[in-house]
Amino acid sequence: MKPTDFRIWGLAPAWVIMALTLVVPIGIVILVSFASRGAYGGFDWGFSPASYAQILFEEDWDGNLAFTPQYLSIIGRTLWLAGLTTAICAALALPAAYTIAQAGGRAKAVLIYLVTLPFWVSMIVRVYAWIIILGNDGVLEKTLRSLGLVTDIDSLLFTNGAMLTGLVYSYIPLMILPVFASIEKLDPALIEASHDLYGSRFTTARRVILPLAMPGLMAGAILVFVPCLGAVLEPILLGGGKAMLMGNLIQTQFGGGRNWPFGAAIAVVLMVLVMIFLMVNALRARPEVPHD
Amino acid sequence: MDRKKAVEVVNVAKSFGTFQALKGVSFDIYDNEFFTMLGPSGCGKTTLLRMIAGFESPTSGTIRLHGKDILSLPPHKRRVNTVFQSYALFPHMTLEQNISFGLENLGWEKERRRARTAQMLEMVHMSQFARRRPAQLSGGQRQRIALARALAPEPEVLLLDEPLSALDLKLRQAMRDELRALQRATGITFVFVTHDQEEALDMSDRICVLGHGEIQHLGTPNEIYEDPENRFVADFIGETNFFEVDVLAVNGPQATIRTPMGQTLTTFHKGAQVGSKATLSLRPEKIGMEDQADGPAQSGELMEGRITGRNYMGGYTHYTVDVAGVELRVSRRNAVSHSASFDPGRTVRLGFRHDSARVLAR
Repeated sequence: MKPTDFRIWGLAPAWVIMALTLVVPIGIVILVSFASRGAYGGFDWGFSPASYAQILFEEDWDGNLAFTPQYLSIIGRTLWLAGLTTAICAALALPAAYTIAQAGGRAKAVLIYLVTLPFWVSMIVRVYAWIIILGNDGVLEKTLRSLGLVTDIDSLLFTNGAMLTGLVYSYIPLMILPVFASIEKLDPALIEASHDLYGSRFTTARRVILPLAMPGLMAGAILVFVPCLGAVLEPILLGGGKAMLMGNLIQTQFGGGRNWPFGAAIAVVLMVLVMIFLMVNALRARPEVPHD
Repeated sequence: MDRKKAVEVVNVAKSFGTFQALKGVSFDIYDNEFFTMLGPSGCGKTTLLRMIAGFESPTSGTIRLHGKDILSLPPHKRRVNTVFQSYALFPHMTLEQNISFGLENLGWEKERRRARTAQMLEMVHMSQFARRRPAQLSGGQRQRIALARALAPEPEVLLLDEPLSALDLKLRQAMRDELRALQRATGITFVFVTHDQEEALDMSDRICVLGHGEIQHLGTPNEIYEDPENRFVADFIGETNFFEVDVLAVNGPQATIRTPMGQTLTTFHKGAQVGSKATLSLRPEKIGMEDQADGPAQSGELMEGRITGRNYMGGYTHYTVDVAGVELRVSRRNAVSHSASFDPGRTVRLGFRHDSARVLAR
């Protein structure tokens, strides 16, 4: 068997699985997004851009289209929240990853283990725990009150802040690990060289450590930003369903809303956003400097 | 030479746990000097260098830079620069940016920075590579950029941590000359760390031989090779034959001893005491064999021996010779092409000038 044969036939099972579980469903979603809503909650096949128009325009009783910002604001909020989550994760992960990388053999292994520890517990349970912490009469509120810091506070739960907290909490390990990997590769002599050449700690962090941690930050950004765009759990449990994100909107349309074409259209928009993000990221990433 | 002190190392000791890496060493390095710290690995030479740079601090003792105590200063506030063993060039910066980095941190104006960077690139013959990145360079080129980067901010002292150890033999030879020329041209004090004695002898004004956490000998290359302070130094620098000898008399700098080959001779000593045993050090190239002009003819009675081994090294041939049951190493220069060579088993006559041997305390 020629090597090329093997390349084709060896990959065949993977190709089949990918085709069946990814390409076909995505194709169906795209087709459904161009279908029209059926009278009894289903959909009728066809080719109509109506569902996409619905994202921007509202049809009144007379059949006139009027611009509506309600879905755009959901998309905007989703992008903003995912971006903010990514930024906060990056800001927190850099010093954490640097500290872990500096730690000695055994301590390093333990710290890495601790970072991955949350994955051992179901996501729902972990997010639910935040309800107990942030909720009315919750752990945080009680603590603040008993310290006399506050007398009466508005609910911490069901706010954008709560949602953001939950998202950062859920995804930060996915930022710490790749950033750690790139910082660990960094030759400690480079940091000494920076100090030796009159670089303060801040200068060293900004001009040596940060640029060299960039590949890790980029990988982390993908791992955090992309799932944040589709987050469903945190908005429901911590945002209280008041402030919807795209994930919730899609879920609602397929569920209670019974508007599959519209849900599919939002899903396609989400997919396009993710692809744009990945492409920009791939183009921005310079080929890594070869080591000898 | 200007004798102003650039670096003063005062009673510096360093312990790692129970291991004493440095047992309280003191010495001065003068301005405009090529000073080498030489020793086997683990002798504390790199630790000393890193203390001057500020990456490590002594357990006790003081280090002064031009009279000022620098121990309380972090590395980035010390006016010294380091050429690292691995060069440690910033991989994400061009060569220009690498060289300019220290100048920016010192707050130099843009124009001055540019001029200095260009000058440094010129100095190391790398001007045409200004916009390249370190990964695109060969080992020797990286070495040059590391030097340019460290010299650019005009440090009071330049520290070099085994900078030639990663280069191949030919390049190392060329870089030695370049380093020495650079030191002369810039007039900056170089503090060089190496375990390679040849490098040290070739480049240094003075060498500090370190061993077992202590200074074994501090002197010029010639002093260290020809008049070693003790057995450690004689053994570490170059090749030598050691004999256990009886000290018969000591008269000032001279001692009279009897060798195991049966000769009685008088020569210079370090720390020999009458009636006790001492070590005689005799370098292989100081021993003449048969027809060599500067050998047997000049002084000392001739010894008879039998060749037991031969190693042809090109420029030299090393022999081992059995003289009355004592094994002697003899080095013979191949002065003409196809020099006559002595086959193992052959009987030869050997001799050496008595004042070429040294008596050392055991």
